[in-house]
Amino acid sequence: MLGYVVRRLLGAIAVMLAMSAVVYVLFYLMPANPAQLVCGPKTCTADRLAMVEHSLGLDEPLYVQYWHFLSGLVVGRDFSSGPSVLHCPAPCLGYSFQYTEPVLDKILEALPVSLSIVIGAALLWLTFGIGAGVLSALRRGRWLDHAVNVVVLGGFAVPAFITSLLLLMVFCVYLQWLPFPSYVPFDEDPLGWAQNLVLPWIVLALVQLPPYVRLSRSGVLETLTEDHIRTARAYGLTERRVIGRHALRGALSPLITVAAADIAAVLTASMLTETAFGLPGLGRLMVQSVNQIDLPMVVGMTLLIGFVIVLCNAIADVLYAVVDRRVRVA
Amino acid sequence: MSDVVSVRDLTIDFRTEGGTLRAVDGLSFQLGAGRALGIVGESGSGKSATALALLGLHRGTNATVDGHVEVLGTELNAATDEQVRRLRGSRIAMVFQDPLSALDPFFSVGDQIAEVYRAHTNASRRAARARAVQVLDRVGIAEAARRVDAFPHEFSGGMRQRALIAMALSCQPQVLVADEPTTALDVTVQAQILDLIHELRTETGMALLLVTHDLAVAAGNVDEVLVMQGGHAVERGPAESVLTEPSQGYTRDLVASIPRLDAPRDRPARESPAEPLMRVLDVHQHFRIGSRLTGAKLHAVDGVSLDVLRGEALGVVGESGSGKTTLARMMVRLLTPTSGQILFEGNEISAMPERRLRALRGDLQMVFQDPVSSLNPRRTIGDSIADPLRVRGESDEKVLRRKVQQLLEQVGLDPERFDRYPHEFSGGQRQRVGIARALVLRPKLLVCDEPVSALDVSTQAQVIRLLAQLRTEFDLTLVFVAHDLAVVRQVSDRVVVMRSGQVVESGETDELYGNPTHPYTKSLLAAVPVLDPELARQRRAERGKV
Repeated sequence: MLGYVVRRLLGAIAVMLAMSAVVYVLFYLMPANPAQLVCGPKTCTADRLAMVEHSLGLDEPLYVQYWHFLSGLVVGRDFSSGPSVLHCPAPCLGYSFQYTEPVLDKILEALPVSLSIVIGAALLWLTFGIGAGVLSALRRGRWLDHAVNVVVLGGFAVPAFITSLLLLMVFCVYLQWLPFPSYVPFDEDPLGWAQNLVLPWIVLALVQLPPYVRLSRSGVLETLTEDHIRTARAYGLTERRVIGRHALRGALSPLITVAAADIAAVLTASMLTETAFGLPGLGRLMVQSVNQIDLPMVVGMTLLIGFVIVLCNAIADVLYAVVDRRVRVA
Repeated sequence: MSDVVSVRDLTIDFRTEGGTLRAVDGLSFQLGAGRALGIVGESGSGKSATALALLGLHRGTNATVDGHVEVLGTELNAATDEQVRRLRGSRIAMVFQDPLSALDPFFSVGDQIAEVYRAHTNASRRAARARAVQVLDRVGIAEAARRVDAFPHEFSGGMRQRALIAMALSCQPQVLVADEPTTALDVTVQAQILDLIHELRTETGMALLLVTHDLAVAAGNVDEVLVMQGGHAVERGPAESVLTEPSQGYTRDLVASIPRLDAPRDRPARESPAEPLMRVLDVHQHFRIGSRLTGAKLHAVDGVSLDVLRGEALGVVGESGSGKTTLARMMVRLLTPTSGQILFEGNEISAMPERRLRALRGDLQMVFQDPVSSLNPRRTIGDSIADPLRVRGESDEKVLRRKVQQLLEQVGLDPERFDRYPHEFSGGQRQRVGIARALVLRPKLLVCDEPVSALDVSTQAQVIRLLAQLRTEFDLTLVFVAHDLAVVRQVSDRVVVMRSGQVVESGETDELYGNPTHPYTKSLLAAVPVLDPELARQRRAERGKV
């Protein structure tokens, strides 16, 4: 088991290194010149541009720049733009000249917001998605099965920004049960944190829910036809045990992989929901950075998103191996 | 003597999309305490449906069960779910056909046995685990105390079946229902499992209901036999009389179609020594298991040399994992050997580039084991058979149709069914389609890989007769790969016995079966179930001594 985990983590690190190289090359191939952006559109002369390029290390060969980037991750690095020296402590993902802040600091500001959103939403969609799926499998063909289907498809068919606006209108404007969402850190006011986030949670959960309902429904139905379920019944296990222990284990294990991918995606890319509710999360930061052509920000965030996805998948693989012992053999 | 199982007028209907299917129709039988009854029949005879009904396993499915099924004083059709649940596993237990899928892959073997034990007793976790170790040990799992935590995939097929029997034993039931318990197993493992069940019965005095398609399996293990056909009981009586002097026509046919080791063989003497059509010289096939760096090598075929003589039928027998299928695939170059040579009519084909090989492909054809999955379900059988001709450049649909229809007739199918799809054919008919497809290019060498192992005995006999007849008609050289020693004996002039990728013995069929010299061949032959109950008991005693 330990060997498997180590192998899987080494693989994840290799993937991240390869990804960082690809992202870096893409960044280099971009038409926009970062030096030009730093230097500004009006006051820039050819001399000054060259100086900025030099101070940012853009005049060096690509592999040297990449090396500086990698070493910056470990020991940090300094950027000198003109007279002042900007220090970016390790691990340095780059320096945003727009915000005059290291990229990582901006990301760490937005990360708690995104994490808060994803934790609540994932809890909701996993519980209700799997619950509804299992229930409709056990009541296959009955009215409950059909009702779940209708509700789920309905929720899925309405775009997130419309659901967001509707919920805001109902709960914050007319009923005034909830405040207009703004981010309140959990450690300051746990209740306020939840009150402010409950609407984004619901919206995201509604979007994410349908695949879980479908997958867990078909998973349970498929597992119930398997021979070992017949064995369990033939040996007099109670129906509760047959379903709860033997059917669900097989039916729900594949969802680990799906959930990992979804959690990574929601964590890093729920721009619509974050924008609709005005929450300063990672998705919104990404959109802003792209709009402002803040290239160091974009590169840093692309790497971070990749990192989160690789990490989530590695965790899912390890979890899967814990749940299903056969995986470790392969 | 009281009856532990009493079935009266049992009728089982399955609701399907095409209407109601009657699987069992007015069946009655009794099973006395400590007795053993064999229910024998071909697929679709309703024998498995009957077995499931004894545990009330049709509840909650699309089957309707009518009539009386009384098990140990409980009338199953009237009992509540809870009453049935209490009966299952504790007083009547069942062992299933496929030990691979009958256990939950997510839990350890010991866990599953302990769970059953706790479902019927008030035992603590610790006591249940101890019981699991105890029964695993009883069914012959070595180092049971350690293996109790093993998962099903870490067990071999035979061990999994032992584990399931251990589960059945855990609550000391009075009735054991075994549904084809050894069909998925090798012949030597089959003998071990049957011996184990026999031993446990003598020890605990539990009654046995053995469901099997194999009359010979029933012969050595039951007191009474019930022959089923189309949901009805055709014949019933003591095993001795039913199997040796069947009174009903159906049973007689069934008994006659069983390939037997002691049946007379009417082989025409072959003309004096023929030259080899194919020579296999020190051929190896290695597969890598696991990763490139740490993986081990599997020597599937490990230095096999043999000649296939022109016009002969060469049998290749071996248990699963012996490398016989890998060898067969290399003979038709579906696999490229890792090393060694294969000469076909003097041409080295083992390393021949695909482009040059294509000219020879028509001479080397193969019939596959599974007639269901080896035909494309979305193409008509006519198209499937015609495909090899199309590849050869024949594009005139009229010519194709004529040629294929002629062939359909030769393999005993209605030429008018050219445009039908595989699912409209029975297993035996589909295998005929597979044979027709292999013959359409008029090959010189036909390699058959387990061509009849998925078929019922009576169908098996028909397909074997067909192969013998086509062999003369098409002037074929036949390589017949199978695990069933009796089937191979029936078909082959010469036989090669394989084990762990190597040939352990080879020779003329009659000589090899009459006078096996290698201990492995001897053990294989000793494990083959025999029809005569008396002889079966002798064999069991002999096996017990070893």
